[in-house]
Amino acid sequence: MSKYYLNYLDELESEAIFILREVWAQFENPVILFSGGKDSIVVTHLAKKAYYPSKIPFALMHVDTGHNFPETIKFRDDLINNLGVKLIVGSVQESIDNGRVAEEKGKNATRNALQITTLLDAIEEHKVDCAIGGGRRDEEKARAKERFFSHRNDFGEWDPKNQRPELWNLLNGKHFEGEHFRAFPISNWTEMDVWNYIKRENINIPSLYFAHTRDVVFRNNSWIPVSQFLKLEEGEKIEKKKIRFRTLGDITITGGIESDADTLEKIVDEVSMMRKTERGDRSDDKRSETAMEDRKRQGYF
Amino acid sequence: MKINNNQLLRFTTAGSVDDGKSTLIGRLLFDSKSIFEDQLESVSATSERKGHDGVDLALFTDGLKDEREQGITIDVAYRYFTTPKRKFIIADTPGHIQYTRNMVTGASTANAAVILIDARHGVIEQTKRHSFIASLLNIPHLIVCVNKMDLVEYSEERFNEIIGQFEEFSSKLLVKDVRFIPISALLGDNVVNRSENMDWYQGGTLLNILETLHISSDINKIDARFPVQTVLRPQNDEHRDYRGYAGRVASGIYRVGDEVAVLPSGFTSRIKSINNGGDDIEEAYAPMSIAITLEDDIDVSRGDMIVKKNNQPEAEQEFDIMLCWLHNEPARPRAKYTVMHTTNEQRAMIKEVVYKIDINSYNRNTEDKDLTMNDISRVKVRTTRRLMLDSYRDNRNTGSIILIDENTNETVAAGMII
Repeated sequence: MSKYYLNYLDELESEAIFILREVWAQFENPVILFSGGKDSIVVTHLAKKAYYPSKIPFALMHVDTGHNFPETIKFRDDLINNLGVKLIVGSVQESIDNGRVAEEKGKNATRNALQITTLLDAIEEHKVDCAIGGGRRDEEKARAKERFFSHRNDFGEWDPKNQRPELWNLLNGKHFEGEHFRAFPISNWTEMDVWNYIKRENINIPSLYFAHTRDVVFRNNSWIPVSQFLKLEEGEKIEKKKIRFRTLGDITITGGIESDADTLEKIVDEVSMMRKTERGDRSDDKRSETAMEDRKRQGYF
Repeated sequence: MKINNNQLLRFTTAGSVDDGKSTLIGRLLFDSKSIFEDQLESVSATSERKGHDGVDLALFTDGLKDEREQGITIDVAYRYFTTPKRKFIIADTPGHIQYTRNMVTGASTANAAVILIDARHGVIEQTKRHSFIASLLNIPHLIVCVNKMDLVEYSEERFNEIIGQFEEFSSKLLVKDVRFIPISALLGDNVVNRSENMDWYQGGTLLNILETLHISSDINKIDARFPVQTVLRPQNDEHRDYRGYAGRVASGIYRVGDEVAVLPSGFTSRIKSINNGGDDIEEAYAPMSIAITLEDDIDVSRGDMIVKKNNQPEAEQEFDIMLCWLHNEPARPRAKYTVMHTTNEQRAMIKEVVYKIDINSYNRNTEDKDLTMNDISRVKVRTTRRLMLDSYRDNRNTGSIILIDENTNETVAAGMII
């Protein structure tokens, strides 16, 4: 076999860097949507490479639900310092205080859907014309239909049945005033690819991804961390467990799994043995069969 | 799975519900253990609700709400699976003629195409259509799966008869590598696991062929083409004089010290350095994303192309292309479009429709000059400035274009330089 070929991780990396550079070339004011989760951390790492030796030439935007893991916020601030880039925070608490959205009521209330309004307001306020996300097509059936460059109308809505075709590597980011794009550089990556890449590049990630001992409650088939937001229901009891998180969302809805994987090597081994998808422990996706598609149409990540 | 030097293979499938395409993909994912328990549970529940016997493998590939309700694939959907030998990306597309544009989209980046034939029906119009698109989009490898062999008593004779039918019409096409496999997607024969019902078949299973296709020589390594995406000019002391031309190598190999020309200006220089995401390297090849610096201070910007001095593409302002119309608004006579070619954009006009192709019969129609959705036609295009073109047959990346409607910003057509 000839030596002039890339292995699959190098090819995925090269594709992502190509997309990030297209964003920079085609848009005036892009941002990276940064959640503190591994996917947006990988996108940020790729952006560092894409524009080297320049620093990342635009801001990171965090939609802060107020229901964070404290570790995530610390990680975010350290990273921002390290990169020397600007951070834009859209606050769901502010959206609630300003009456833009109302807090959900009831037992399974979350701030997940409220983020849509905060996100779209922040995009409008900061005149963002392209929001780069860490969405992957393997995550969820609605995300499988996403383009690299995904158009949003002036209401921020996605129209999955009417998307621009994307051929070869010709990405059409043309848009009118008020519209914006979402760009997904790691569309073609799977959870396994992300972990293999984090390991290969030795990328710093929040300690929450590694096995640690924590107070948790068993709910909806996973371990929900104890926090100031958690209200115990009848029959539930707080236990100490060694767990880690496969994905990071709000502290109120992100369930951990029991695990001893406390190094990247062990995580990669564990993920390769997993028999459930990573979003299987996210109650935001369990609401209905098309929960993600419905949220995405309205402007979700 | 450990990090290794496994390659990525992208393949496309086209088909409708009846020919078992979704079942085939479901079978590939299922038998290669790429389906997770919660996905299986969700699909089992849906199968039961719809009153299907057992798990309907086809449901693994349905995405949007409308598609699930109607039981069809409308758009291109991407699926992923990994084996110890390779990572795969499937571009799963609908097969009906009204979705030709989706098939073209899915085929545009594929290394291989899987074509399904129902063993009972043999070669039909749809087979010819899918094969034509694979040939038009220059997919290097074609894998013809003769499906539903269980319904023709696993007959070798029937299999050979279908190969004969296929070879008869495919002689008109330009596909370099064609393989035939007798399978049953429903029962799993020769998909991932070898069939016990067809010991007369000596070749590999579908997965085995996908894992071993030789793809590294499919990339053009002769004609070095580097379209510049953007110029990196860091604003820090350490790199004050740095001017890096960022882009993805479209084809060929670049080495430090190479004598290069910058097009369209034609100025020449030598490569001073090649940087790969922070590391200086000595040589770069397709499809690497790199940044190049040159010895001389010359004007280079987005849309320019850095090539080897002694191997340059044609600079043309008027050229013939095979065009697939993608949009439901037909082409307007003499309308202006933006043409996007590599990282370059120009205004363009369709000067003439030479002929339209009937993709079922391959007949040329020189009477009908309208360009409506899904039409594939040979047209003459004129641009405001010259483009640096290669033929699509030689170079997929520098031989392809899209047209964008200036009024709506929609991508309306895709073209391949002849």
